[in-house]
Amino acid sequence: MNNIFVYCEVEGGVIADVSLELCTKGRKLADQLHCQLEAVVIGANLSGVEKQLYPYGVDVVNIADDPRLEPYTTLPHTSVMIQLIREEQPQIALMGATTIGRDLGPRVSSALHSGLTADCTSLEIGDHEDKKNEKVYKDLLYQIRPAFGGNIIATIVNPDCRPQMATVREGVMKKEILSKHYVGTVKNLEVSRYVNDSDFVVSVIERHMEKSKVNLKGSSIVITGGYGVGSREGFDQLFELASVIGAEVGASRAAVDAGFADHDRQIGQTGVTVRPKLYIAFGVSGQVQHVAGMQESSMIISVNNDPKAPINAIADYVIQGDVNDVVPKMIKYYKKNTK
Amino acid sequence: MNGFKIIVLAKQVPDTRNVGKDAMKEDGTVNRAALPAIFNPEDLNALEQALRIKEAHPGSTLTILTMGPGRAADIIREALFRGADDGFLLTDRAFAGSDTLATSYALAKAIEKIGRPDLIVCGRQAIDGDTAQVGPQVAEKLGFPQITYAEEVNIEGDVVRVKRRLERGIEIVKASLPLLITVNGSAPECRPRNARMVMRYKKATTLTERQSANEDYLRMYTSHPYLNIEEIGFKDLDANIDDCGLAGSPTKVKKIENVVFQAKESMVMPATDHHLDALMKELIINHTLG
Ligand SMILES: Cc1cc2nc3c(=O)[nH]c(=O)nc-3n(C[C@H](O)[C@H](O)[C@H](O)COP(=O)(O)OP(=O)(O)OC[C@H]3O[C@@H](n4cnc5c(N)ncnc54)[C@H](O)[C@@H]3O)c2cc1C
Ligand SMILES: Nc1ncnc2c1ncn2[C@@H]1O[C@H](COP(=O)(O)O)[C@@H](O)[C@H]1O
Repeated sequence: MNNIFVYCEVEGGVIADVSLELCTKGRKLADQLHCQLEAVVIGANLSGVEKQLYPYGVDVVNIADDPRLEPYTTLPHTSVMIQLIREEQPQIALMGATTIGRDLGPRVSSALHSGLTADCTSLEIGDHEDKKNEKVYKDLLYQIRPAFGGNIIATIVNPDCRPQMATVREGVMKKEILSKHYVGTVKNLEVSRYVNDSDFVVSVIERHMEKSKVNLKGSSIVITGGYGVGSREGFDQLFELASVIGAEVGASRAAVDAGFADHDRQIGQTGVTVRPKLYIAFGVSGQVQHVAGMQESSMIISVNNDPKAPINAIADYVIQGDVNDVVPKMIKYYKKNTK
Repeated sequence: MNGFKIIVLAKQVPDTRNVGKDAMKEDGTVNRAALPAIFNPEDLNALEQALRIKEAHPGSTLTILTMGPGRAADIIREALFRGADDGFLLTDRAFAGSDTLATSYALAKAIEKIGRPDLIVCGRQAIDGDTAQVGPQVAEKLGFPQITYAEEVNIEGDVVRVKRRLERGIEIVKASLPLLITVNGSAPECRPRNARMVMRYKKATTLTERQSANEDYLRMYTSHPYLNIEEIGFKDLDANIDDCGLAGSPTKVKKIENVVFQAKESMVMPATDHHLDALMKELIINHTLG
């Protein structure tokens, strides 16, 4: 009872990365709270799906398996979640801050009158004192997120309503296997007890999904172009450097908005979070929203012609100069020194 | 078909995209007064979709509903200037401190008071919180199905077809009315103000605005009732006070902090051949590169 739920997104029998990241985090929270970690998987053809989840420390896998439940539509998934939460009374329910999680989460929270915090960047357990009512709450979920366009960081708590719900973007939490041998149990839900025929009023008639060609999260070296790169041609140079040193190319929002790079390369609060071994920022000023997505990189190099660019403060190396001058030199001296 | 009854939910927000230094107070809280108040950008995309549906289906009406302080009446005027038929301002001390759940409760109650529509159109999210929660939460409270991330909406007969823009592609879905739709920023931009509508509605005001303007507009509003922006307060709703405002908000802000970065001791160098040669050598030797 009062466990932690993670809603797991699944497509074609494969659990989404963001869900595995949340299970990793959920395991740590469950240890702190001395409760169990439960996954909820809603979809079609799910036999064996639990094997993908156990290694992350999942104790119970709740499965709703029905051909009508994939692809995702709002109402049937909402109905399963609402009723399962009413039955099991989890204290915490986590979802990805994806197009699915942000469609489902608010609907579920509205029905259950439970608070929901979108886009958390950190989740912690802690106590809370309500000074006005002289009440102390033990072991609440601190839902930490940037607010006001990223200019402040707010810690949100839900003292009275359960479950405490939060969504988290892909890449924000780390995905880590707990043990290959961890084993939990499966609970198969009788789908007809959870969904009504009237839940199927919205139907998907066409889908065009593409696998992203950009693999920022999986790359150990990320080189990012900002507005200072100046043009698409400037980015072509970055791609050349990337292919020479084996890196993936990211972009700041200003560079994406200016059309220098595609949206799926954006790094930051409204893009991807990366934590590579080496991060090189070319012509990036380093506003909070950008830094939120890269500050955990092991080594940071900033190339900027403004000595006062904020990103320089968090960089290990600052190269003062023009991007257009530095990129070709990096290519040249990398080649020279690896020969 | 006699057209549809459409309600657009729009919010006035501080322009967080242009936060300057003076927008943050010494204590790290936001100085709202220093930020211009604007029509939430994606709510303009929502308004445009609603206007297109209205035009495609003669006889439709488009009502704008906003919850906020008195000055949020600006949003309603902006919508009237672009083709909305009328507007309601939901405003009351009882709603102060609402989180998204208490906001959606009040909006849902106001929608019931105005009369349940065929279609509710919202923006995907408001830039002051970036939560994207109010739309789906209103839908749940009213028992409406929802379609989020809409980019294109077409209604033929009683079938609604919506193109959705998702993270990794697009989806076309089919539904029927009643329905709540949230519109994505990638949908067409809103049309500009229409000069004729500006002439017609520039004097549209709420009762509170008329009272504080210290002018006798009373007569004019009896002859031109369309110039009245109706205010709705808590007492006009069939609502429970415990579900409103701070009391009705399960989420509480425990702490607000300024963003501080962990500054590192950095090695600063000019972009000379000599320095870059040495740096690349070092990165290769310590296996950061290669
Ligand atoms: C709600 C919200 C969410 C956001 N989310 C994100 C996000 O996810 N990711 C993101 O990146 N941003 C995000 N932003 C935008 C962010 O605030 C900044 O506007 C953006 O990161 C700035 O990008 P930039 O550093 O490339 O551009 P700028 O701030 O314009 O900086 C350009 C830099 O390049 C340098 N430069 C110029 N020319 C040269 C040259 N020839 N050689 C070397 N250096 C040069 C300049 O000195 C400057 O430091 C968000 C903003 C908001 C309000
Ligand atoms: N106070 C409000 N008044 C009217 N509509 C609102 C209000 N708050 C949110 N909305 C609607 O809900 C959408 C999502 O808002 P949010 O959940 O705050 O990101 C907005 O784009 C609006 O369409």
